[in-house]
Amino acid sequence: MRDRVKIPKISVEQRRTSFEEVAQSLDLAAAQAEAERCLHCKHRPCVAGCPVGVPIPEFLSELKAGNVEQAAKLVLEKNALPAVCGRVCPQESQCEGVCVRGIKGEPIAIGALERFVAEYRSPDTGQTKPTLTGPKVAVIGSGPAGLSAAADLAKAGLQVTLFETLHAAGGVLRYGIPEFRLPKRILEEEIAYIQALGVDIQLDTLVGKTISLDDLRQEGYRAFFIATGAGLPSFLGIPGENYNGVFSANEYLTRVNLMQAYQFPEYDTPVKVGKRVAVLGAGNVAMDAARTALRLGAEEVRIVYRRSRAEMPARAEEIENAEEEGVLFDLLVAPLEIVGKDGWVTGLKLQRMTLGEPGPDGRCRPIPVVGSEYLLEVDTVIVAIGQSPNPVLFSTIPGLQVAAKGNVVVDANGRTNIVDVWAGGDAATGAATVIKAMGAGREAAAAIIRSLNEEA
Amino acid sequence: MNLGYRITAKELLAPGIFRLMVEAPRVAAKAQPGHFVIIRTQEGGERVPLTIVSAQDGQVELIIQVMGKTTAELATYQVGQEITTLLGPLGVAPQAPAGPGIMLCVAGGVGAAPILPRAIDLHQKGWQIWTILGARNADLLILEERLAAISDRMWICTDDGSKGHKGFVTDLIPEAAQAGIIREVLAIGPTPMMAAVCKVTKALQLPTTVSLNALMIDGTGMCGACRVQVGSETKFTCIDGPEFDGHLVDFAGLSQRLRQYLTEEKQAHQKFAEEGGNCQCGIE
Ligand SMILES: Cc1cc2nc3c(=O)[nH]c(=O)nc-3n(C[C@H](O)[C@H](O)[C@H](O)COP(=O)(O)OP(=O)(O)OC[C@H]3O[C@@H](n4cnc5c(N)ncnc54)[C@H](O)[C@@H]3O)c2cc1C
Ligand SMILES: Cc1cc2nc3c(=O)[nH]c(=O)nc-3n(C[C@H](O)[C@H](O)[C@H](O)COP(=O)(O)OP(=O)(O)OC[C@H]3O[C@@H](n4cnc5c(N)ncnc54)[C@H](O)[C@@H]3O)c2cc1C
Ligand code: SF4
Ligand code: SF4
Ligand code: FES
Repeated sequence: MRDRVKIPKISVEQRRTSFEEVAQSLDLAAAQAEAERCLHCKHRPCVAGCPVGVPIPEFLSELKAGNVEQAAKLVLEKNALPAVCGRVCPQESQCEGVCVRGIKGEPIAIGALERFVAEYRSPDTGQTKPTLTGPKVAVIGSGPAGLSAAADLAKAGLQVTLFETLHAAGGVLRYGIPEFRLPKRILEEEIAYIQALGVDIQLDTLVGKTISLDDLRQEGYRAFFIATGAGLPSFLGIPGENYNGVFSANEYLTRVNLMQAYQFPEYDTPVKVGKRVAVLGAGNVAMDAARTALRLGAEEVRIVYRRSRAEMPARAEEIENAEEEGVLFDLLVAPLEIVGKDGWVTGLKLQRMTLGEPGPDGRCRPIPVVGSEYLLEVDTVIVAIGQSPNPVLFSTIPGLQVAAKGNVVVDANGRTNIVDVWAGGDAATGAATVIKAMGAGREAAAAIIRSLNEEA
Repeated sequence: MNLGYRITAKELLAPGIFRLMVEAPRVAAKAQPGHFVIIRTQEGGERVPLTIVSAQDGQVELIIQVMGKTTAELATYQVGQEITTLLGPLGVAPQAPAGPGIMLCVAGGVGAAPILPRAIDLHQKGWQIWTILGARNADLLILEERLAAISDRMWICTDDGSKGHKGFVTDLIPEAAQAGIIREVLAIGPTPMMAAVCKVTKALQLPTTVSLNALMIDGTGMCGACRVQVGSETKFTCIDGPEFDGHLVDFAGLSQRLRQYLTEEKQAHQKFAEEGGNCQCGIE
């Protein structure tokens, strides 16, 4: 039996100095060969493993037969951002994680194939420009949840306006995930596709501040979908966090991705690269920050994480990439204090940990080792320990039910306790994944369409 | 997808300080005293926070001091030109308590611009406004007439004595405190000035509000670049402020953070100047 296709990557040397995409596209022959490995399992476990239910065996059949356009059409029916998801989904814990081929060997490279068909198709595949005459719906936030909801609402003929506070659309896909993992060109193509469906995107609009829900109701909007994400960075609350040289990962990545600081001074926004960089945390955000620092020219970059490798929440592929590129991993250590001099960070006081019993979340709890404190010299600290939903909009909606962790409370249909307001994605779940946000966007769109039909 | 924001009026107020009216109907409709906006002049430009001095007829009034690249570039923009981003209104618009009482407004330099809308609002809410307005020299005093129109008493000072008292705004606070019972102080200006004012008002036990000008990117609570230590807490200037209790603010920390990109800022400004950027703002 044939092995899983090897995903071509650019060389490590190239990766250390450029923001070029690491994982390259397959060619048609390789993609078809990989599709041929699919067993077309009757019970389709892979489809159940995908939060939006991409018809995986079906699109693989079309691909195998060389009908790439048809394959793309099948994917697009379920997933408005296939070129994005193929790149950033944690496939190992979703579609590929349950692939039958993976039981004895390696699973089908579903992500890479999804990406392949998304890119190979001609840009107008699956595009039927509907006339939008239905009621007006406002989608707030242009991340994956908002984009996919807007696409579905437009396909159903509703007049959709997508509001975004930043000067560019895409949410985390724009300001968080770096170019070397998700080229902006790909994102822009997918956004153009959604605009071509008739979605009106209005930037520079902080809903709640620039315009309130009541104003929008007055303007005739009949339903709202809150997809404002979980953008509020958490800090550790340890001493020294406000020294110069300490950043939230959001700040570091936003400077580089949204503001293009890696092209300073051609672009106006600078970033402090640092020589010895410590990134606190081990999720996707931490890996992205660490690999960005390396590319910007930092001499030594390390991930500092209080649990062990097995508990690291980042995508397996990105941990592997980070390691190949030379990111160091200081595992089972926790920061106690950030030390500094003349206002600038000079080091991190760390303590070693051991792993105890699994906690309520199933992950082993770290336990401090008494007397194991030590100092690590660094000039930059990037805090990547999580984000919570941004409260700015919520606080302007009277009576909106918000949970203790800051997320909007929704029912099984994504509806909030306010009758014309739905919510989904990170705003409702707390920081999660691109595809879960998209799934929530699609479900809420369907519920909004049903509800508006009932009213009509 | 995106609209530009058209400049409808421009006026030089003092060397290096100019006033713009910019069309932004949605922002203007929502603006309250104390709010600010974030602008970008063009694609690739930096996001820069500026106070909304006033808002009417779908336009916002901005008063800008040339500090570095972005403000110098903005100074080259003429009536009819568009800037590419204008987001707002941002920040918490403070609910001014009802008067009566004496509010001592202490404005330093371009700090007169953010203090004006707050002073007008307080005046309308029944406060007596006593104003101390200071600048480096007489040429750099701005908004004197507009502040005088709502002030019951006014002191002017300049560093070089070219107008009013020769010295700093802080010199005049004890005098004002002698002249009447001051209920509160609102101080806006350069960070060192606000720090100095707070030192004086703390000794005099006068509750003092300041408006901080931290470095910002998004202005919506997403990056944490604008964080500042206030009492025992870390606050985000953009969503928790920009106004805070001046006696709790860690000014030393804020000044440090403002210096973070000094080298890069100089580099950007120099590049702009070398490429023939002439801000025509009256300095140099
Ligand atoms: C650096 C980084 C790397 C990641 N890597 C991965 C990965 O590899 N794989 C994966 O599956 N997931 C990854 N994630 C998580 C994933 O990106 C998020 O779960 C997902 O983007 C959430 O989508 P969303 O649509 O809910 O919100 P977001 O993508 O956060 O978008 C929300 C948007 O709403 C806007 N907004 C907020 N408030 C308002 C308002 N009041 N008015 C108007 N607009 C507003 C924001 O500016 C933002 O653009 C990563 C996250 C980060 C930060
Ligand atoms: C809420 C808020 C309201 C503001 N309102 C006004 C206003 O109404 N009018 C006005 O002229 N300015 C205002 N500022 C300050 C203004 O944002 C800065 O002067 C501007 O960002 C400088 O940009 P630049 O590219 O021209 O200079 P840069 O090259 O970025 O900086 C040049 C110099 O200015 C200092 N600097 C940079 N950013 C700031 C800042 N945010 N505050 C103070 N110093 C800074 C730098 O340390 C450096 O010394 C406000 C700032 C905030 C946070
Ligand atoms: S969207 Fe994600 S989970 Fe679904 S098939 Fe594609 S890669 Fe797998
Ligand atoms: S589980 Fe794997 S082998 Fe089975 S249909 Fe899905 S992709 Fe093909
Ligand atoms: S400017 Fe980004 S959080 Fe305040």
